[in-house]
Amino acid sequence: MNISKSSESFTFTPENLARAEKIVAKYPEGRQASAVLPLLDMAQRQSGNWLPQAALDYVADYLQMPPIRVYEVASFYTMFNLKPVGEHFVQVCTTTPCWLRGSDGIVGACKKKLGIGPGESTADGKFTVVEVECMGACVNAPMVQINDDYYEDLSPELMEKILDDLAAGRKPPPGSQTGRRGSCAQNGPTSLKEKAKSDA
Amino acid sequence: MLEDKDRIFTNLYGFDGWNLAAARRRGVWDGTGDIIKKGQPWVVEETKNSGLRGRGGAGFPTGMKWSFMPKPSDKPHYLLVNADESEPGTCKDRDILRYDPHRLLEGVLIAAFAINAHTAYIYVRGEYYNEASHLQQAIDEAYSYGLLGKNACGSGWDCDVYLHRGAGAYVCGEETALMESLEGKKGQPRNKPPFPAGAGLYSCPTTINNVETIASVPEILRRGATWFSGFGRPKNNGTKLFSISGHVEQPCNVEEAMSIPLKELVEKHAGGVRGGWDNLLAIIPGGSSTPILPREICDTVLMDFDALREVRSGLGTAAVIVMDKSTDVIYAIARLAKFYMHESCGQCTPCREGTAWLWRMMQRMVRGDATVAEIDQLLDVTKEIEGHTICAFGDGAVWPVQGLIRHFKPQMIERIEQYRKIAKAA
Repeated sequence: MNISKSSESFTFTPENLARAEKIVAKYPEGRQASAVLPLLDMAQRQSGNWLPQAALDYVADYLQMPPIRVYEVASFYTMFNLKPVGEHFVQVCTTTPCWLRGSDGIVGACKKKLGIGPGESTADGKFTVVEVECMGACVNAPMVQINDDYYEDLSPELMEKILDDLAAGRKPPPGSQTGRRGSCAQNGPTSLKEKAKSDA
Repeated sequence: MLEDKDRIFTNLYGFDGWNLAAARRRGVWDGTGDIIKKGQPWVVEETKNSGLRGRGGAGFPTGMKWSFMPKPSDKPHYLLVNADESEPGTCKDRDILRYDPHRLLEGVLIAAFAINAHTAYIYVRGEYYNEASHLQQAIDEAYSYGLLGKNACGSGWDCDVYLHRGAGAYVCGEETALMESLEGKKGQPRNKPPFPAGAGLYSCPTTINNVETIASVPEILRRGATWFSGFGRPKNNGTKLFSISGHVEQPCNVEEAMSIPLKELVEKHAGGVRGGWDNLLAIIPGGSSTPILPREICDTVLMDFDALREVRSGLGTAAVIVMDKSTDVIYAIARLAKFYMHESCGQCTPCREGTAWLWRMMQRMVRGDATVAEIDQLLDVTKEIEGHTICAFGDGAVWPVQGLIRHFKPQMIERIEQYRKIAKAA
């Protein structure tokens, strides 16, 4: 694992310090290490979607954990970025259910629009594209996660449009890009039809 | 076909709201306190009698699992809810978290009571950020209306429920890895024994159940064990959420009766196989870990624990992944091998090294750049992993490859022969 040092120090903002206190209180006394995942997540959000060593050390100190334990955790879980990533962190699922529905075309759309392949970032720091494993939205495949949001039922054209919007500073609405409600069949539900009617 | 009146997850698609008022209209939190007042033995027995088996993949009888918890002592008991949904093909718990979180919370209270726990943690995969956000708002709502916390639902039982988000690791869906993760460590599974009922989270008695399992409990107890056990074949009771993905006309999630024929499930709810049933090549019936089934078996097999075990596969999470005849089935399975290599926690050598071996060999099988004898060698490697690891991840990692060799060996040989022909010509 490579932990990136940054020259700057790290401390939680006052708001995040208050949040951290609440999070630690979810766990029994003396079990504050349980809060390491949520606190690392918060630290990552505060430092621009990645974790410099200063943030890891700060969380270790805050939770009274040996720093090595926090480094272990930070490098074990895939959601922690140990290097800076672009403003729009595009995670393309390519596991079998997404692959069957054309995830190769989604990777291709990113390449075409942004000129980068999986694991690369655009020179302006706006986009990073990575390939990820199953995100648990398989009946809405293919899909990507961009920062916190899922974009589902994609085609290469729809993906290109999303990237265009983001590049232009617009945030496209997340979820199904073909207008489906959740995991309901595109042509309408085969069950719970009454609910669907009252919804319409 | 299952009728709507017998469906538990009446807001599966989110046509109705997910907040407390909407959940109450659907009958959630109805008489929860009274259910609890019937006592622990009743809750456990009724759950046992319903035939409910765990919906997370292993299918262990839920009531029996609860009955393994020891008598109260000075150690606290914990209920853990496994919402680390990550098995490729599976996306059913997501719908409960985002569209029906109160149904889950009601189940959490009842299950916590059943196992003498005053504290429950719901471990949600980190990527489900928006889903976790709904759940947290539902928890806050439930507290403010006295449905959780002190004297929850006026039942006399105190129950605190906390959301805990993961951070990206499939293996944390393994129950003891989840506990390690919740304790702030790498998600590496523990040796068993001790079993969680004896020493689980913080070395205290712990029960861990899947989201769908827990969320099914309140409705089962309201309507009675015989209502639930009336669906499906004996020992395979109840209703079940199915995820149907891949090469179907209408991919979707749906709640159906257990033991529904696979063909009926795909044709009635998912619009059938792309290009018709005759265009079907194979189906993975229960999430990535369950061995693939060729079309002949798919024609008649039923979707339940026993029927799928009889054809050397499994119900798993009931995530049906459909592949039509255009599929490169060798790559489809190779990609799963890559998944398991990526997700191996690295603790046991056979799994850490073996999954990487499988991916490397499978890449050559995809090209055909191999010998026919290497197919048997590949099978040997899977046997070196299977049963030789601390947790079931190793088994789950090799079953897809074993299924491929069992049913598609002629195609693998053909690929090798083709590659040789082209190599010779060049």
